[in-house]
Amino acid sequence: MSETGIRIEGLKKRYGHGEAAVDALKDVNMTVAPGEVVGLIGPSGSGKSTLLKCLGAVIEPTAGRMWLGDELIFDDGWKTSDLRALRRDRIGFVFQAPYLIPFLDVTDNVALLPMLAGQPNAVARRRAAELLAALDVGHRAAARPSALSGGEQQRVAIARALANQPPVILADEPTAPLDSERALGVMRILNDMARQYRTAVIVVTHDEKIIPTFRRIYHIRDGQTFEEAGEGRAL
Amino acid sequence: MINLAGRDILHAWGRFVLTGIGLGLLIGVTLSMAGIYRGMVDDAQALLGNSGADLWVVQKDTLGPYAESSSIRDDLYRSLLGMPGVARAANVAYLTMQVTRGGADVRVMLVGFEPGQPGEPGYLVAGRPVTRNHYEVVADVKTGFRLGERVRVRRHDYTVVGLTRRMVSAGGDPMLFVPLKDAQEVQFLKDNDALINERARSAANPQLNRPGVPGLLEAIQASQASSHNVNAVLVQVKAGVDPEQAAAGIRRWKHLEAYTRVQMADILVARLIATSARQIAMFLVILSVVSAAIVAFIIYTMTLGKIREIAVLKLIGTRNRTIAGMILQQALGLGLIGFVVGKTVATLWAPFFPKYVLLEPGDALRGFVIVMLICALASTLAIRAALRVDPASAIGA
Repeated sequence: MSETGIRIEGLKKRYGHGEAAVDALKDVNMTVAPGEVVGLIGPSGSGKSTLLKCLGAVIEPTAGRMWLGDELIFDDGWKTSDLRALRRDRIGFVFQAPYLIPFLDVTDNVALLPMLAGQPNAVARRRAAELLAALDVGHRAAARPSALSGGEQQRVAIARALANQPPVILADEPTAPLDSERALGVMRILNDMARQYRTAVIVVTHDEKIIPTFRRIYHIRDGQTFEEAGEGRAL
Repeated sequence: MINLAGRDILHAWGRFVLTGIGLGLLIGVTLSMAGIYRGMVDDAQALLGNSGADLWVVQKDTLGPYAESSSIRDDLYRSLLGMPGVARAANVAYLTMQVTRGGADVRVMLVGFEPGQPGEPGYLVAGRPVTRNHYEVVADVKTGFRLGERVRVRRHDYTVVGLTRRMVSAGGDPMLFVPLKDAQEVQFLKDNDALINERARSAANPQLNRPGVPGLLEAIQASQASSHNVNAVLVQVKAGVDPEQAAAGIRRWKHLEAYTRVQMADILVARLIATSARQIAMFLVILSVVSAAIVAFIIYTMTLGKIREIAVLKLIGTRNRTIAGMILQQALGLGLIGFVVGKTVATLWAPFFPKYVLLEPGDALRGFVIVMLICALASTLAIRAALRVDPASAIGA
């Protein structure tokens, strides 16, 4: 088992050319171990979203290196041409809003990813059922997303992110719309799942309610990251 | 893999089905328009088929008797019977007119025919054939007349003795079959007042009322009060004789125009209903464009309503072709519902059209293919919009 969930060295991202160029990421370095949940905090315009998009393989960094597990996926250029498959199989996403597919039931929302990866429907649905049970929403498996509460929807979104057992989950403000109790509940789930499935979790947030729960925090400012120890408050 | 299109349709089936029904009504109108054209062609074919003629002999340099007026003497058929290859020849007179029934006007084509000769109604669905020389009529059921009913035609009342079906003019007007003499009278004879007036005019004309030429005025007045003209002579050729060959002889020696069945079909279909056909074709093109615009608009707005989901689908690794396939399938589904509804309503409302509407299976099949192609084409706008969605837009919004 790899001891690295995700590792980034000297990641840079420049938008535009010449005098109009903007360096959104200047020198980002980050390591998250499997089973670890770290916070990524920074003010608006600091480069959080750009970093998340680079980590999520939806935009191409200008330079640097990235590993997922032991695999070097970026070295001044993507090492694979199929970024869609990379996102599908190796990266899980949790958004501020759950963004579940409204016309699929809860099970198929989770099973969709394994199905897209080519798994038989029955196998994918079995995997979805396991995850939903682990996240305590197994009883809503046949429901439509619109019939779920906000907390339940977010748990289904986490189950979807875990569906293909990715080495890393990128969570973009996952607790923003939730009250303290539910926000801490989501963080508890993310920590539990990270440990259970040996997944590295990066939580982008400026939610004061959950910042004390991180053991490690990366601050991002002017395109550069600074690591600091968090409180690691028990959940 | 889950059928995303099917799930999406089931999720919002009410809106989808209602849209399909709306589209279906439009497709129904389109199919009916095609059916009206087919009906016109079929009416023309029925007119030719029911006449039982191989040749139509008409006035020289005319396209008569259906497309242009034609007037020839009613004794010409005798000389035609002497032509090589001619088996039977019979006079016919055609006149489009309005008769009244129960206070309402009924537009009909009056056909004067000789019983037992080409031009008589091919079959009856009720009653008996015309057996008297005057004042009996066989009517197409579409006229609405019933057996025994009295029909007023110009100055005389006729009794409906028989009913026939699918005997219509090229314009779709149902036919009334009357004895030839009656039809000639209706067509060429004037009313009493006009006759008296015409006699007075002739008597006052020194050219026609010459002193010292006894009987001249009476002869002229008698000719004015009777008609010996018909519109055409229908000819049947002998077995094994090429109608074109017989027609060539008639044209050459009788100084008349003779049309074969193929030529007459060409006159009716390619010339007489050509303008209507172009009109209908224009409608079909417009309706197709409107259908395409509706499908494109609906699918496009449905897609725009799912932009966030599409961004998420793309972010989590859904292939572009899966997303394009979902939109295409929805467009085709809309087309399928629309076609089924359209075909159903076109079939249901076809009998209520005043003119014959012929819905041919081949047209329905072609219509189905065209609807599907239009829907596929219309979905390209939405597919383009979906494929341009940046998966990054799902992050950091």
